[in-house]
This record gives sequence, structure tokens and C-alpha cells, in this order.
Amino acid sequence: MKIYATYNVKGGVGKTSAAVNLAYLASRDGHATLLWDLDPQAAATFLFRVRPRVKGGGRALVRGARPLDEAIKGTDFANLDLLPADFTYRRMDLLLDAAKKPTRQIARLLAPLAREYDTVFLDCPPSISLVSENVLHTADLLVVPLIPTTLCIRTLDQITGFVDSFDGPRPAILAFFSMVDSRKRLHRDIVERLPGERKDLATAVVPALSLVEQMAVRRAPLPVYAPRSKAALCYRELWREISTLPAAGGNHLSAPAGESVAAAAHSGR
Amino acid sequence: MPVQLREFMIEGARPAAWNGMADALRSRFGVAAAGSRTVRRVWLDTFDWRLHRTGSTLEYVSGPGTHELALVTPDGARVAATVPPMTWPRVASAVPAGLVRDLIAPIAGIRALLPVAASASSQRTLRVLDGEGKTVARLILDNASVRGAAAAIPARLTITPVRGYDAEAGRVERILATLPSVTAASRSAFDMALGAAGRRPGDYSSQVDVALTPSMPAGMALATILIRLLDIIEANADGTVRDIDTEFLHDLRIAVRRTRAALKLAGDALPGDLGPRYAPEFRWLGQLTTPLRDLDVHLLGFAEAAANLVTASPADLAPLHETLIRYRAAERRRLARGLRSARFTSLASQWRAALEESAAPSRRAMLGRGGRTQIPVGDLAAARIGRAHRRLTRTGRAITAASPEEDLHLVRKRGKELRYLLEFFAALHDPVTHRGAVRELKQLQDCLGEIQDGHVQREAIRSLAARMVAEGVTPAPALLAMGELAAQLDAAASEARDDFGKRFAQFTSDRNARRIASLTKAAAA
Repeated sequence: MKIYATYNVKGGVGKTSAAVNLAYLASRDGHATLLWDLDPQAAATFLFRVRPRVKGGGRALVRGARPLDEAIKGTDFANLDLLPADFTYRRMDLLLDAAKKPTRQIARLLAPLAREYDTVFLDCPPSISLVSENVLHTADLLVVPLIPTTLCIRTLDQITGFVDSFDGPRPAILAFFSMVDSRKRLHRDIVERLPGERKDLATAVVPALSLVEQMAVRRAPLPVYAPRSKAALCYRELWREISTLPAAGGNHLSAPAGESVAAAAHSGR
Repeated sequence: MPVQLREFMIEGARPAAWNGMADALRSRFGVAAAGSRTVRRVWLDTFDWRLHRTGSTLEYVSGPGTHELALVTPDGARVAATVPPMTWPRVASAVPAGLVRDLIAPIAGIRALLPVAASASSQRTLRVLDGEGKTVARLILDNASVRGAAAAIPARLTITPVRGYDAEAGRVERILATLPSVTAASRSAFDMALGAAGRRPGDYSSQVDVALTPSMPAGMALATILIRLLDIIEANADGTVRDIDTEFLHDLRIAVRRTRAALKLAGDALPGDLGPRYAPEFRWLGQLTTPLRDLDVHLLGFAEAAANLVTASPADLAPLHETLIRYRAAERRRLARGLRSARFTSLASQWRAALEESAAPSRRAMLGRGGRTQIPVGDLAAARIGRAHRRLTRTGRAITAASPEEDLHLVRKRGKELRYLLEFFAALHDPVTHRGAVRELKQLQDCLGEIQDGHVQREAIRSLAARMVAEGVTPAPALLAMGELAAQLDAAASEARDDFGKRFAQFTSDRNARRIASLTKAAAA
């Protein structure tokens, strides 16, 4: 079971769109896929038309009163299930903090699902919190959407630095440019310049298009209603890059500390 | 995650029934057509119906651009996996890894999964939606035509719940159940397809299981048993030639052995010179199958034997494995030639014709034939089982710690003779007493088998080593590993031999002697 997390400390950068579209593409490739919407805003849950409710809330899940698999809902798409968000997830930090090994709880909860799912996506709330720390300890790969602004590199460095501070296994990191507005010079400049300077950036670039925003209106993954659109092709390319990364070390799939996955892939590890 | 299917049959005009269902559901749900497609379905099982015997059904479903392997478990749950395009037969270990394989592999074991029925369906799907427009269940209407079937099978409606929406699927089911055109399916799609194709689940077994009565003329009874054995030989010939899995040859070989034993132990009950005339032909057939089966036995136990090496590394045995595979390919071609030969074909057809004549009760040919042909089979069974038991007891009692391997081999042969006779005439016996006697005998046979198999395989390893050396490419580590293997086989045989006294004492216990006495008396009654 490979675990991917879409994560950024900032909100509104396209995490949920990426999680939903990548999970859908994984399922369409034949992977038994689960998407866990960890964000109490429940955007991914909304996109799949599922009620944002887990019986017993986050407390029942963390305390084991309700096994994760009982809370899972099938989506409208083959091979793709959803673990919905619940408003009680806003207090998830407190629940995790009360448990033993508070940073390993999400990994513990997911472990029994390894037989059933090939691929898990975690759609994380923004911020650095105990939830995100759990996610970073659980994921094989962090998929970090970046809006190409001056501060975005600082954000990526912050995440990398935070992950590097972990003892033991740590996830690999792959960032990609999201919501790129080609009319903006700054966006164009950064998207052109940065990949030459860093190796933890995906080749795929997701543009800011109203078609992507329409996911909230259509309430479906973008490749379902616009399969041949440029945006769908970009997500497909991103999924191809992610899914062909070599599996080695880390939580499950990662590069050594301080080295990007792209570099690890390049070196053939 | 398993999905609990709910299946119904649809009667009457299909489009009307479909529209009626949609209208009925609209009272509580949204309904959306989800298109139609053509689906090809292949139901799979092992040749000896292992999945069916556990109440499971396996199907490979191909639609436009999709291929799915789905297992319906005994409790009706459906576990499915998306798979790449696949051809059949194949063994479970060659199925893509996942939950479906994990569930079928222990049941199928070393047997290949074969198509047992196939259909092509035109499928229409209806999505049942909740207030959010979320699919909570799917209705699939399936109009199938079964390959090889003369008549169409009724259309079938399946309610597929979506995970986490069981309550909604239950409501859908209750609404549909009120419609007059919808009735609960009494048989599974698999059973209906099999029936339409003229097949019966479990229509193959390697057991002798023939219906006999004690008063039946011995010649007729024996011919009935031998026809059954010929059925088994013929049923397995094609799978052996195609090398679908190793058990086709195994079953064929056992049926040949049983045939030879029947001719040897009771062939005098057949009319004329049938026994002496056909015995050499079945000896030829038996000998034809031996080399390949011996190689199969080595290969089937290879991984375990390699893992048990202490001094040598399992990798050291790689040249032996390659040699076994190479020899096997050659022996397989030789056996296939034999089973495709005119000699085998005419043996089977002439033997069947002769047996059918002997088994026919009203045939004039049976009348006037003297000897043991006309004695009641109950008497014959009692006499032959009693004699085989006495011979086994006598040879077994003569075994001492100093007895050579050949003497133990003789005890094993006597044991097999008794076992075969018990199996042939099982229908004449009280089942409980019969089972008890077979159980005791089987334990003795297992012990004798371990002794002899250990010796035979040890000798085979030596002879393989000699051949490999003669071929000039065997590295020293391989020979050393084979030496260790031979020593381990010897040790296992010695261990089993230490156990022989205990097993034989158990077999010759008063309690078991009473069982045998009771069987021989009952058979004669």
C-alpha cells in the first residue's frame, strides 16, 4: 500500500483538487484506492457527494471504537473509496495528543487497510499541527502544490526542513506548480526558472483554469467531465510522475534525507 | 471490501420491466441510466470443482476496456479485483496478487483454474441516487446467452450496493420486491449458465463411487467399476496432454493403477480372457506415465526440500531444478505422444466396448459364462478383501529391524491392494465401519509411503546426479547440495521406518480386525 499526502502549510493552493484528481486517476489505473479527507472543511467529501459525517466522529476512529473500514464510503467510481471528513476533525489534534505515540496514530489506523488498498491519498488540512505531523510520518510521498510566488519556495523549504528533522523514516517530497496563471509574469518566471534550480519539482504544471474550479459545481473529478482538457492532461502527467517514482526506503517510498525523489529516481534507487 | 449482492429474475417484457423498476424507485430515489455494454463472463473452477465444493464462485468478467476477477464467497459476498487481460487456464499463483488471489489460492492449491462455463451478456445499468446525487446502489440488468446452450436463460437483475450505503440498497430491494415482474433468484447465474450448457457442478470426481448391490453378478459389478476407472482415465487424458496442471496426470495414473489392481485381484470375474488380454496394455500405460510423475513429485516438493537444506544453500540446487525442468519437458512430450497414439485410443475404445458388453445385464453374452462371472459381487468382495487383508498382515508381521527395503515395499504393495479393493466395493459396506478401516489402513500406508518415497527419491537424486555429471556441466556446490538432499530423504525414510511397528500394531489391532471381519461378512450378506 502506497500512501500519498497532498500537503501544504498554506490553504487554497489546490491540495484537494490534486488529491481528488490523483486518487481518481490512480483508481482508473486499476489501483484499489482510498482517499481520506482529513480536512474538517470536507471539500473532497463534498466533491464526491458524500455526507461529511463519520459515526462517532474523529474520536471513535482514533480511539478504535469504530474501525476505519466501517466508516468508508464507496464513491461513484470503480476502485475508489472515500473516508469522509467530519466536523469533529477540527479537534483531531486534541484526540491524537491524548493517544499513545500521538504522531503515529494515522499510520496505525491505516495499517489494517493494507490488504485492501493499493493506494491511499491523504488530503490534509493546511497548517503545521499534530494531524500534519501524523501525515508526514505516515506518507511515503508528500505531494506539495505550490502557487508560483516568491514565498512558495520558502514554504517548500520549511516543509522539507520539518521533514528532515524527523528521526527514522521520513516521506519523500515532490512539489508541483499549481494554479499557474500564465498571464502573470511572476508565475511564468518562477515556473521557468525554478525547475533548473531544484530537483524536488515535478515536470507537470497545473494551470489555473475555470475548468478546475468547476469541480465544485460538477462535484466530480476533473477527468470525469473534461477528460481531454489541458488541466486533465496536466493531472494525468502529474500522476504518471508520481506513480513511476521508485519505491525505496523511507516510510515506504522515499529518498534519503535532503535528497529529492526526483534525484533518487534519477539515480535509479 | 466484499459487496453483498442481491439477485433477482426478471419476467415479462424486458424494456417494460426496466421502466417499471425505474418508476417505482423514483418514489424514494433519483434514478439515472448509466449506459449499456456487452460483457463476456467466464466462470472458473478447478477440474475437480474445488471452488464449488467450498460454495465459492469465481468469474472473469471482461467489458469494454475493463477486466475483473470476482469471487463470490459462500455467504454471498462478492470480492472483485481489476486485472489485466488474462487467458485461462492458469494456476492461482499466476493470478495478480491481491485479496481475490489470497482467497482462491488455498482452495485451488496446485490445480489450475479452468473455464467451466462462459456467456456473453448485454448489460444495462441504472444508478440509484440519494438527495446529493450520489450513487447509493446500481441495478444491473443482464441478458446473457450461454456458450453452448440451446435455450436462452432468463434476464437477471442484480442490485449492487455501494460501500457504506447498505441501508439504501435494502430500501431499493424492498421497493423492487413489490413489483410483480421481479422475483428473487432461486439459482445463481453460475448455476443457470452451467445448467444451460448441459453441465452439472461437481461432474468430475476421481473417486470410484459406483452403485453396487451384494447380489449383483461379479462380472457385471467389476465391469461397472472398470468403466468408471476408464471414464477417469479418459477425462484426464486431454489435461495431461495439454499439461494444464500436474493433477491430471496424477488422477489418470491412479485410475490406471486401480485398473491394474482390479485386473490382478479380481480379473478372473470378468468374462473370457479380458483380464489377461488387457493387463499388459495397462502395464504399458502405467509405465508410460511413471517418468513424468516422478519428475513432478520432485518439482512439487522442490521448494520445501531446498528450504530445509542446512549445510548447502537453496540456490545451490538451481542446476538440479533446471535439469528437472528440462527432463520434464522431454518426458512430457513422450507421454503426450503416447496418449495421442493409436495404441492408447484403441485401448480405450476396445476396453470400453468389452466392458460395456460385460456390464449389460441382459446380454446373452453373459449367460452361460461360467467361473466367477456370475457369483454375487458381495461374495467376491468378501473373499478378495479377506485374502488381501491376510496377505498384508502376513507380510507385515514378517518385517523386522533387519528387513531389507524390498520387504517393506512388498508390504506397501499389499496395503495398496487392500485399499483398492476397499474402494472398489465401498458401496457394499457399512459406511462407518468402512471409513474406520480405510482410516487405519491409510495411516499405515502413509508410513509405508514415506519409507518408500524416501528411498525411491534418494535413488532418483543419485541417478540424476550421475546423469548431470555425465552431461558435464554440474558445479560442485550443486552435487554437494544434492548429497545433502539425498541424506535428508534417507533420514526421513528412517524416521518413518521407526514408526512402522506402531502403525502396523494399530492396523492389526483387535478393533480393526473386527472392522475387517465385519466388512467381509457384510459384503457377503
